[in-house]
Amino acid sequence: MELRGRKVIALGERDGVPGPAVAECATRAGAEVVLTLTACYV
Amino acid sequence: MPVIRAASLVLAHVPSLVRLGSKPLRSLREVEKPIDYLRPYLRDWDAARAYVPNQVFIGNVGVDDLAGHPTPWHRHPVADAARFGPDGEIMPEDEFLGLLAACDGFDLLALDRDVAARARTALATHPVVGRASACRTVPDGVAGHVLEERVARHGAVPLLGVDGALLGAVLPGHEEDDTLTGQVLLENLACKATAGLALRHLLARPGAVAAADVRYLINCGEEAVGDRYQRGGGNVAKAVAEWAGCERATGSDVKAFCCGPMHALMLAGALVQSGLYEHVVVLAGGSLAKLGMKFQGHVKHAMPIVEDVLAGFAAHVSRDDGVSPVLRLDAIGRHEVGSGSAPLAVMKALYSEPLARAGLTVLDVDRFSLELHNPEATEPAGSGNVPLTNYRTLASLAVVEKLIGRDSIDEFVRTRGMPGFSPTQGHIASAIPYLGHALRGLTGGRLNRTMFTGKGSLFLGRMTQLSDGISLILERNRKE
Repeated sequence: MELRGRKVIALGERDGVPGPAVAECATRAGAEVVLTLTACYV
Repeated sequence: MPVIRAASLVLAHVPSLVRLGSKPLRSLREVEKPIDYLRPYLRDWDAARAYVPNQVFIGNVGVDDLAGHPTPWHRHPVADAARFGPDGEIMPEDEFLGLLAACDGFDLLALDRDVAARARTALATHPVVGRASACRTVPDGVAGHVLEERVARHGAVPLLGVDGALLGAVLPGHEEDDTLTGQVLLENLACKATAGLALRHLLARPGAVAAADVRYLINCGEEAVGDRYQRGGGNVAKAVAEWAGCERATGSDVKAFCCGPMHALMLAGALVQSGLYEHVVVLAGGSLAKLGMKFQGHVKHAMPIVEDVLAGFAAHVSRDDGVSPVLRLDAIGRHEVGSGSAPLAVMKALYSEPLARAGLTVLDVDRFSLELHNPEATEPAGSGNVPLTNYRTLASLAVVEKLIGRDSIDEFVRTRGMPGFSPTQGHIASAIPYLGHALRGLTGGRLNRTMFTGKGSLFLGRMTQLSDGISLILERNRKE
């Protein structure tokens, strides 16, 4: 998927890939991260 | 190095309080009688006591036996399940309500007269909080119409039994303070009572430290005890110490979401190592807000709501006695600010780096205690098997570091991990429930080294995007 120029909401999980890590990947791929959140399911 | 001399782990079965958990309260707001809705899914004490994860929690069943126990666990009860175990007990609700009232020094929680009388009679003969202990007894109850008036006119939270009967009520501590509502005070009292019960169990062990010799306690529960001017003011540790009869103790609270217990154990070890204190107790009570957190998944799958217990624990950290397992202060794993959030970097910070400092690898650890949430509580709600996810991530680290092959991941998880068996009680489920098993395994058993890792979801408080993590090595005392 081409992310350059796209707006991204980075949703992560504490026990998987956290939001900031998702956001970092999206940013490096040229996306604009508009919201970063991490969920904790416990 | 400091040692962990003893630990206690307790559960209080509170089916009627499930209604007052955060999720049920919010989700059933439009339901006229939530207790009627929940009743078909609430277990009695016999079922909760015979539930194999709960028996593992109090030390009656080993973690390897749990792995071999038929599933679903809620349909395969343990035969002749005991209330008491080597690590603690599963207290029934009628007694725990009395314990709640006994922990309330401001007479805000009132029980119905008959409920209070029954609880007092039952608790009088309790081995660790009974008549022979220094603990405050259950106060007299009040008439039913007094409870009804408190609920109708004074903003008290009603305590409804599973059958719908009014068992008691909790008044607010201040009429204009959102941090002292009846609901908040009940949550705080539940935390205090379960921590107090765990502490009394710890102090009642053969050869345990005398209550008068405990000079410092660290509470690491998650309840924000305070008032409108200081929401998380504290100090639960001191309140529990007072109730449990530790007359010469003081203490403080350490908070880091679910990672609190690991920070607290580390700090307790440091206080002992420094020589400031000879004996430090780390403790925490349970989270009423997390009762029934995944109840919708349990209802959907027509299974019992297994998040019907409050948990508590206490651990005694002391100077090296030559016997008890050693807490390695020279090999503490830390998720630092600069560790970032990439899973591999976090795993290295928590495992590889501290182990390397001690000249070890993950293969030198017999058993890892990570997130131990009971998957039977989380999977029906779509939250996955949290322990398994964490163990597989750890095994993947071992693959990356070329310590095991990719095809050995399952064996690594099976032999160095364990099934989750803890109620979803946040900070307690994070590594702590294995502590009693580890102490036995590292003294009389076959374990040589264990590693405990707690994780905290700091981002939930909206002050940082970071999570938290601390790992501790607990190993056999070589002077033994």
